[in-house]
Amino acid sequence: MGLADYAFQVFAVATVAWGLGVILARNPVHSVLCLIMAFISTAGLFVLIGAEYLAFLLIVVYVGAVAVLFLFVVMMLDVDFAELKADYAKYLPIGLFVGVVLIFQIGFMALAWQSGNGVMDEEMKLGTAPGEPNNAEQLGMVLYTEYVHYFQIAGLILLVAMIGAILLTFRERRGVKTQDVTAQVARKREDAVEVISVPTGKGL
Amino acid sequence: MISLANYLLVGGLLFAIGVGGIFLNRKNVIIILMSIELMLLAVNINFVAFSMFLGDVKGQVFAFMILTVAAAEAAIGLAILVTFFRNRGDISVQAANTMKN
Repeated sequence: MGLADYAFQVFAVATVAWGLGVILARNPVHSVLCLIMAFISTAGLFVLIGAEYLAFLLIVVYVGAVAVLFLFVVMMLDVDFAELKADYAKYLPIGLFVGVVLIFQIGFMALAWQSGNGVMDEEMKLGTAPGEPNNAEQLGMVLYTEYVHYFQIAGLILLVAMIGAILLTFRERRGVKTQDVTAQVARKREDAVEVISVPTGKGL
Repeated sequence: MISLANYLLVGGLLFAIGVGGIFLNRKNVIIILMSIELMLLAVNINFVAFSMFLGDVKGQVFAFMILTVAAAEAAIGLAILVTFFRNRGDISVQAANTMKN
């Protein structure tokens, strides 16, 4: 067994263990931290088979943006999390049941395929050979040519998600004295100031 | 020797953990969203493993798209969650029957 095998075992066990931590942790902040560690372990798994670009994307996008967003929301919401966990034991049997059934189904499927040709146990090619373009270059070569429309649609999805998130959480505060720039700029001189020549001795 | 079966095993286990997490944390929407992220991650592991196994980079393009959609989903989901909390004062899924009544 080489170093790569040991690294795979460490990352695989870590991924599953941190994943279990996400759903079992009492404190949601711990759940988010477990999620971050699960993402990092998965990035390790990706690096092992040579998908470096997606591994770094996982770190940057998931750990840097998504998980931190979760952390913000968990800390922002003032929820009594102990109460949410109250009837945890009630759902433990069905959760375990569904999980185990799913694992068995996936296992049977894998076994059925394996018995067909045994191809799944072949050794995987680790990384790219010297002289070949590296993973990021390979990805870029198809992403910006063959899949350029999908790439742009992905950008549009992110734009729509951004606008949607802002629209959902935007709250117009009424009764707060803030500067209204539009009203200020739209105001004309004639609306505010009037020059009247007052006749002497009469007043207005 | 790292084989495809190893990676599919990790992906399958992670997906099962995600599904189990949805059932276990029925009340806490935040954990449910995190479980969905775990399931998407499991799918990504499968895509990348098959991509490397077949020597075809297109699987990674697909994983890239899943990553985008997952990020958008997390942003929208958490925004809905914040609005929900602001209107109701709690985040219990079981009490979320406003649309029904």
